[in-house]
Amino acid sequence: MFKRTINGFKTAWKGLSLTVKHLFANNSARKITTVSDSNYFKQLEKGTNTIQYPKQQLPVPEIGRYQLDVEMDDCIVCDLCAKVCPVDCIDIEAIKATEAIGQTSDGTTKRLYAAKFDIDMAKCMYCGLCTIVCPTECIVMTNQYDKTVFELSDLVYEFSDMPPEVAAEKRALFDKQQAEKQAAKLAAMQKKEGGE
Amino acid sequence: MNYYITYFIVAIGLFSFSAFFALFGVYAERKISAFIQDRLGPTETGKFGSLQTLADIMKMIQKELIIPAAADKWLFMLAPAVIFIAVYMGFAALPWGPGLIPSKINLGIYYIFAIISIETLGILMAGWGSNNKYSILGAMRSAAQIISYEIPAGFAIISVVMIAQTLDLQAVAMQQGVLSPEKIKFAGILDVTATGGFLSWNIFRAPHLIIAFVIYFIASLAESNRAPFDIPEAESELVAGFHTEFTGIRFALVFLAEYSMMFLVSMIGVILFLGAWNTPFPNIGPVHLADGTTNMWWGIFWITLKTLGLVAIQMWIRWTLPRFRVDQLMNLCWKVLTPLSFLCMLISGVWRVWLM
Repeated sequence: MFKRTINGFKTAWKGLSLTVKHLFANNSARKITTVSDSNYFKQLEKGTNTIQYPKQQLPVPEIGRYQLDVEMDDCIVCDLCAKVCPVDCIDIEAIKATEAIGQTSDGTTKRLYAAKFDIDMAKCMYCGLCTIVCPTECIVMTNQYDKTVFELSDLVYEFSDMPPEVAAEKRALFDKQQAEKQAAKLAAMQKKEGGE
Repeated sequence: MNYYITYFIVAIGLFSFSAFFALFGVYAERKISAFIQDRLGPTETGKFGSLQTLADIMKMIQKELIIPAAADKWLFMLAPAVIFIAVYMGFAALPWGPGLIPSKINLGIYYIFAIISIETLGILMAGWGSNNKYSILGAMRSAAQIISYEIPAGFAIISVVMIAQTLDLQAVAMQQGVLSPEKIKFAGILDVTATGGFLSWNIFRAPHLIIAFVIYFIASLAESNRAPFDIPEAESELVAGFHTEFTGIRFALVFLAEYSMMFLVSMIGVILFLGAWNTPFPNIGPVHLADGTTNMWWGIFWITLKTLGLVAIQMWIRWTLPRFRVDQLMNLCWKVLTPLSFLCMLISGVWRVWLM
């Protein structure tokens, strides 16, 4: 019993001296270094480890896999990203144009308007598949990670800037063109039939 | 008539002291725990987070008082009051300086020991009244633990009382310094009546009281339900133990009682073993350090300093040692501390008869 008591005090003292060392070793606040820094793990052994978040931020790589961003000028509305998305967080509504409406920066011809290009970041699992399939590389992941919002619906980012009236107009234009084509086709067929 | 006004002032003073200490204690505990774990603790509210606990208590006061539908209403409502009042009344007999004691009763330590055992009753009331399995388990553990640990604590105290030959805490305090009415010998050999200082403290007057002090300190941790003896509120098993169901100001009262209890048991330890309000500096030849640092204000300063030192050690231990298992707890109490405290008592008797 006597031996065990001595041992108990000895081990308790070991722990107590360890904690008191930490209690008085907190003279330095944490310095912000990147993970790639060779001193990164060594500096955690002394001083406090807390990152005072909004005031201090750990640097992240410039091309981190965080918030999605779409460059709408380069988008050809091919819908590939929406199709490949495992959680279906991208919602695209395309309107066919009556003619080629321009070119992307890499020279691809744009033939579709995006009436809607919504990404629900609440659903997004940050896999990055959409950025891989994009033929024009217009959808990218950025280094923005703090996107706190007060409403859940604020997490749905709308990248298309086309107002609904314009969308309706474009739709009507396309329908009109289709109808004209149909009419022309019909007329041609009738003419052909009449000619025989 | 003026008599009663004094009584009220003393009572309110003691209450505000224990409330203030609880605020300070919680802040200190959070900071100490943070630094031990390489964190920062509260930093945002006030300079260095110093207003954090004040903000916490403001929040608690505004909270709704919920009584669970299945609870025993009266027991549930009374419990926090009983827990706190039991501890609060203990403060009545503690001396703060020469001639400064709220209630000078010649049964001092006996009264305190009796009144703080009422706390167990409050904890049982809280546990039973909550009608919650975790609460009742916590309350049962608490009762078992406090009743067990009162025995070694009691015998450690008795071994001091046998040396001091009085139950009056003011008289015990008086004996441990230059104001002593009787002759004091350092370690039973050297006459230090005129020298005073730490040489005349009880643990040095009779060195076996060092063991008694350690026993008392361990038992006092258990009595105030502090880690490593915090199985009554073991967070990992019992949610929060006996105070699981309490909200708002009732919860605050339980917390207040815990921190007041920490201060109370530390102060009793200081009074009985570490020289109470006496200065640690002895008179060395012509330099009268002890005489110069012994009066009412110095008394308050010394006793507060020593008590806060013990409280800091309690916190330090809490954030170091892991929680005991129930069987280890009982083993330690009945097989180690109780026999040792008996031995201390025995030595005290021999010491008193042959060496004093």
